[in-house]
Amino acid sequence: MAQNDQVDQLPPKGIRPPIIGPGQTLTTVTDRIAGVVLTKHTPIFWFAVVAFSVAIVGVLNTAIAYLLMRGTGIWGINIPVGWGFAIVNFVWWIGIGHAGTLISAILLLFKQTWRTSINRFAEAMTIFAVMQAGLFPLVHTGRPWLAAYWLFPIPNTMGVWPQFRSPLIWDVFAVSTYFTVSFLFWGIGLIPDFATLRDQAKSLVVRRIYGLFAMGWRGSARHWNRYETAYMLLAGLATPLVLSVHSVVSLDFAVSVVPGWHTTFFPPYFVAGAIFSGFAMVLILAIPFRALYGMQDFITLRHLQNCGKVMLATGMIVAYAYVLEMFMGWYSNEKYELAMVHNRLHGPYSGYYFMLVLCNIIIPQSLWFNRVRSSPLALFLVSCVIQCGMWLERFVIVVMSLQRDFLPSSWGMYWFTKWDIMTLLGTMGFFTLLFFMFIRFMPAISIFEIRTLLPQAKVKQ
Amino acid sequence: MTAEPIYGLLAEFDNPTDLVKAAKAAFGAGYRKMDAYTPYPLEEAAEAIGVHHNRVSLITLVGAMLGMCGGYSLQYWVSVIAYPVNAGGKPFHSWPSFIPVTFECAVLGASLAAVFGMLALNGLPQPYHPVFNAPNFTSASRDKFFLCIEAQDPNFSVVATKQFLQTYHPQLISEVPY
Repeated sequence: MAQNDQVDQLPPKGIRPPIIGPGQTLTTVTDRIAGVVLTKHTPIFWFAVVAFSVAIVGVLNTAIAYLLMRGTGIWGINIPVGWGFAIVNFVWWIGIGHAGTLISAILLLFKQTWRTSINRFAEAMTIFAVMQAGLFPLVHTGRPWLAAYWLFPIPNTMGVWPQFRSPLIWDVFAVSTYFTVSFLFWGIGLIPDFATLRDQAKSLVVRRIYGLFAMGWRGSARHWNRYETAYMLLAGLATPLVLSVHSVVSLDFAVSVVPGWHTTFFPPYFVAGAIFSGFAMVLILAIPFRALYGMQDFITLRHLQNCGKVMLATGMIVAYAYVLEMFMGWYSNEKYELAMVHNRLHGPYSGYYFMLVLCNIIIPQSLWFNRVRSSPLALFLVSCVIQCGMWLERFVIVVMSLQRDFLPSSWGMYWFTKWDIMTLLGTMGFFTLLFFMFIRFMPAISIFEIRTLLPQAKVKQ
Repeated sequence: MTAEPIYGLLAEFDNPTDLVKAAKAAFGAGYRKMDAYTPYPLEEAAEAIGVHHNRVSLITLVGAMLGMCGGYSLQYWVSVIAYPVNAGGKPFHSWPSFIPVTFECAVLGASLAAVFGMLALNGLPQPYHPVFNAPNFTSASRDKFFLCIEAQDPNFSVVATKQFLQTYHPQLISEVPY
């Protein structure tokens, strides 16, 4: 770790930090990144984190087991708030997943080479976050073993089929397609790196295992040619897909007539919020990862600064959406929409709303300063705050609109229970566990793509 | 020199420039059955051995079409034929609400076609390939660049081809056994 410490020093004013640390070659890049996986000495902190997250997964299992025994009544949901933590957490997790595809696909198409260091683990983050997200709609049905034919068009003896006019079914298709495509993208990215691990592994067993996943990849130019085409096509396909996923999620709300939900600007607002929280999660994972594994040469200050800039930009879009939410309430000149605006500012959950404004609008303004964007610690803290803010945003959207709709006689409050909290914390533990398994057993930085960034990788004329 | 048949001659280079130079020359000298092996995608190497186009895009388009038609037909069949439900007086064939799922199915079909089409065209998974028998070939996934002229090429001759490759100063030339 010590030899990389100089990298974190800011270069003189006007010069941006490099994308890749000085002095790296094809050999050092390979050995450095593959070394994390092929080492015989697993760091102690890895065991500590894994043990801790396994314990939290135990909490998750308990919460789900009890849910399956007793039903969703153990949660705080009731009429009028039938969508509680489960939907809040679903939207939150799926939003976090968006940065992975944005980094791997959209930034690839825009030829942003800095994406290369962070795309692999951002994609892994996407897959793991979508897994957590998918858990919630599944268990919130109460009887997930029946959910297969509720959610998917599966032939059954009752002859019933899903309702394709409902955004909830669009959501099933959007999220499952998103998961599959992200998994494919991640998977084909890993093939050449598995081949590297196969060729570098000392032990026969390890070589065989990685060899199995490498599928006999040998780096042939003919193969690379088709591989690059497939990779670019996937990026092109994933780009509209990623924009569609959170748009469809937002339609779950916007297609209804509930005050505060029934607006046309929900899709872009949700997508911007998703990217905002996704980049925050990338930083929450990248900053400890580069420090613990000494990867400052590959994830440099430049990457952190750029993530900070993306968060600032998307955060401003989110802030604009909050203003627009208020404006639309007023402009609709409809008493229910106006009451919704009033409820946000003065209702029983106004504390949540003001916390959300603080976390998502006010604190991220610190990202205007280069000093904040260049300090891993400050970025880490701001990212954590944004993560809380984005969770609160979904809470405000889901709970506040349902809690007071058209008839004052049906107004009510939502009180979440300890089972709600346990499920939310449990998914965080599960996510951490999956992520740490990933950085131990797979190359967390794309080795073959990092090689292309090196000056000696270019053909001289 | 052995009497046993060999897969080809493998020349090792330590930088991409030398590899591309040798590959271009080999293509110019009439060799066609050859391949370059590099640790990362090197467009120039593919061009040098005469690889320009591939059919991955076409397969992806077919996948997209199949996904799109399949997704739409599924919704039409479910909503109009198998299980017509009157939802808010909307027509059974309410096509605008079928668009999101159709789009997702098209993307799914295209992505599966792109990945599996690419693997199929590449002949992967392939557990065995003779080129892995060559000494030091494990560096092809690390930091070395290889050019293999295969014995099946009509112009191939162990002695002449080796002499030809020698002129491009590879670090090593080895015969690849089957």
